Amino acid sequence: MAHGNYSYKPTNAFTKWLDSRLPIIRLLDETMLQFPTPKNLNMWFTFGGILTFMLVVQIVSGIVLAMHYVPHETLAFDSVERIMRDVNYGWLMRYMHSNGASMFFVAVYLHIFRGLYYGSFKAPREVLWLLGIVIYLLMMATGFLGYTLPWGQMSFWGATVITNFFSAIPLIGESITQWLWGSFAVDNSTLQRFFSLHYLLPFVIAGVVVLHIWALHVPGNNNPLGIDVKGPQDTVPFHPYYTTKDGFWIAVFLIVFSYFIFFNPNALGHSDNYIPANRLATPAHIVPEWYYLPLYAILRSVPDKLIGVILMFTAILVWALLPWLDTSRVRSNNFRPIMRQFFWILMVVIFLLGYLGAQTADDTNLVFFGVELPIGKLILSQLLTFYYFAHFFVITPFVGLFETPNPVPESISKAVLAKKNGGAVPAAAE
Amino acid sequence: MGAMMKLKLLGVLALALGFAGNAVAEDAHAVKAPKTVTWSWEGPFGHFDRQQLQRGYLVYKEVCASCHSMHLMAFRNLSQPGGPEFTVAQMKAIAASVQVNTLDDKGEAFDDKGAAIQRPATSADRFPPPFANELAARAANNNAYPPDLSVIIKARPNGANYVYSLLTGYSEAPADFQLLPGLNYNEYFPNHQIAMPQPLASDGQVTYAPDAGNPAATIDQMAKDVVAYLTWASEPKMEERKELGVKVMIFLVLLSVLLFLAYRQLWKDVDH
Repeated sequence: MAHGNYSYKPTNAFTKWLDSRLPIIRLLDETMLQFPTPKNLNMWFTFGGILTFMLVVQIVSGIVLAMHYVPHETLAFDSVERIMRDVNYGWLMRYMHSNGASMFFVAVYLHIFRGLYYGSFKAPREVLWLLGIVIYLLMMATGFLGYTLPWGQMSFWGATVITNFFSAIPLIGESITQWLWGSFAVDNSTLQRFFSLHYLLPFVIAGVVVLHIWALHVPGNNNPLGIDVKGPQDTVPFHPYYTTKDGFWIAVFLIVFSYFIFFNPNALGHSDNYIPANRLATPAHIVPEWYYLPLYAILRSVPDKLIGVILMFTAILVWALLPWLDTSRVRSNNFRPIMRQFFWILMVVIFLLGYLGAQTADDTNLVFFGVELPIGKLILSQLLTFYYFAHFFVITPFVGLFETPNPVPESISKAVLAKKNGGAVPAAAE
Repeated sequence: MGAMMKLKLLGVLALALGFAGNAVAEDAHAVKAPKTVTWSWEGPFGHFDRQQLQRGYLVYKEVCASCHSMHLMAFRNLSQPGGPEFTVAQMKAIAASVQVNTLDDKGEAFDDKGAAIQRPATSADRFPPPFANELAARAANNNAYPPDLSVIIKARPNGANYVYSLLTGYSEAPADFQLLPGLNYNEYFPNHQIAMPQPLASDGQVTYAPDAGNPAATIDQMAKDVVAYLTWASEPKMEERKELGVKVMIFLVLLSVLLFLAYRQLWKDVDH
């Protein structure tokens, strides 16, 4: 454990007896209460707590929904509506779960981008970062599987589009797709296996989250300065300092979440998904949920299906290479004047890709919030896709080599004291 | 180096601004954006107007229900809180006036002439469909299938305004417009050609009870009333949802304030 002088002492006969057999109270005490945490974490570091909370919300509301949901192609749509009409507080469970998925992704994206900005992926936190990418991939799969379950038009056609990715694989693609469907098209057998897997994967996520937290507790938290903890003067115990701080931010997050649940529950979904699935009528415009849109734009930027699918998966997997692509000695972008700007450019590029992913799939000029721009959607998404990959494969390694970082403070406590006294942050002696 | 980056960023910004200016050209046959109506149920404190929902149900029953099913709706819903709130006696009378298919004592669905055995509906029955199946519906409607209306407001973007605009949006097709036989011109419908003939065609088409302070049954009023009813049918728990939402919000704001004060108090002596 990181810089820990842990001090758990079993106090009564039972805890002493248990501690020498299964030291579970010691484990919880050390990891959830005493865990020494850098004292300079800002609000961007609360999303880990928020995500843990959201995972519990999704699992609990999902288990209740599964008690009433019927995974059958002729009954699924009506059973979801029945939950909202005839089950006590069923509308609350269902809207919590459907909006909860979106909020989960809001939190995970902010969590990932925070890690990118402050260099949380860099040594010695590579395994922590890789486990995070595994969780993100599992979330993508779970979100997609869940979206198919109401068996509306977007459910059905989304499932058709996504499963068809696998048909792009040469030679065996068609067999793999049929194996996934359990049939020769998306139908009842597909729905039933998707329900089964949608119930399974959150528990796999919970397992990987345990590994993720374990991997966090070995090097300890990164922090906005991106420097290592030098000693006890740099940290506070997780409880009560960060339990209260995270608690506050979870409550703020819940206010945003509740706005969607209670006052605008269908804003993040697509109205077509309230039309029951119909294999004879393709929706005019198939769009995935908002959290897949940047990847969808990358997929559609290439006319060739196989290359599109490869690019899309590479766009996620490239994040796994980041610890080795980033050549900078300094973690935090606070001290990287050039990389910091590229970080914000990447954010804009990802947003624009998301915007393009929501547009109709034709090569007309882009209409950006009502204004027609003199650039085709296809060429723009190709340029942005090119930039996206260039950020990781070209900009990240080269800027790290050539950039002169600003002086980094010697320790967290010295930086904190300097900030308090209004002075300049003392730089570490090189 | 930093200055150069800023220059680059400025360039990107200038380029983006340079793109602006070409407003999107109006397409003569493009779908018109729905009219915007201020509905009573909008906003966090929005409520349905009971009288309006009752009138809307009447319009649905006398006009829409001859072609459109509402298979998720049961008669009991008509008297539940947050809806039209007919009295239980009124609701049971409405149900009893409708015939639904049933089984006889021997478990038979059809009598000895092959006709469906029927009985008056009870409060637990769902609204019976106007056609036995999709083929029968298409045969009676120029091969168009009138969609089920249970969740129609949620199933269309900007649903309430869209359905209202559609119901009041019928007009003569322009001279240069090729209207296919059997279809009707409506600017709010994709391609402007809709199979449904104008359902609300004349003022007073549905008779509103004159005593209860009801407005005149103009086409516009009937359209608004039926949209109110359909909105409630799409989200029958909307009032309960918003009422609980207001309480939850008050609680969460108080909780956040308390947690914030606790957090600041605790961190008061920690330099961070």
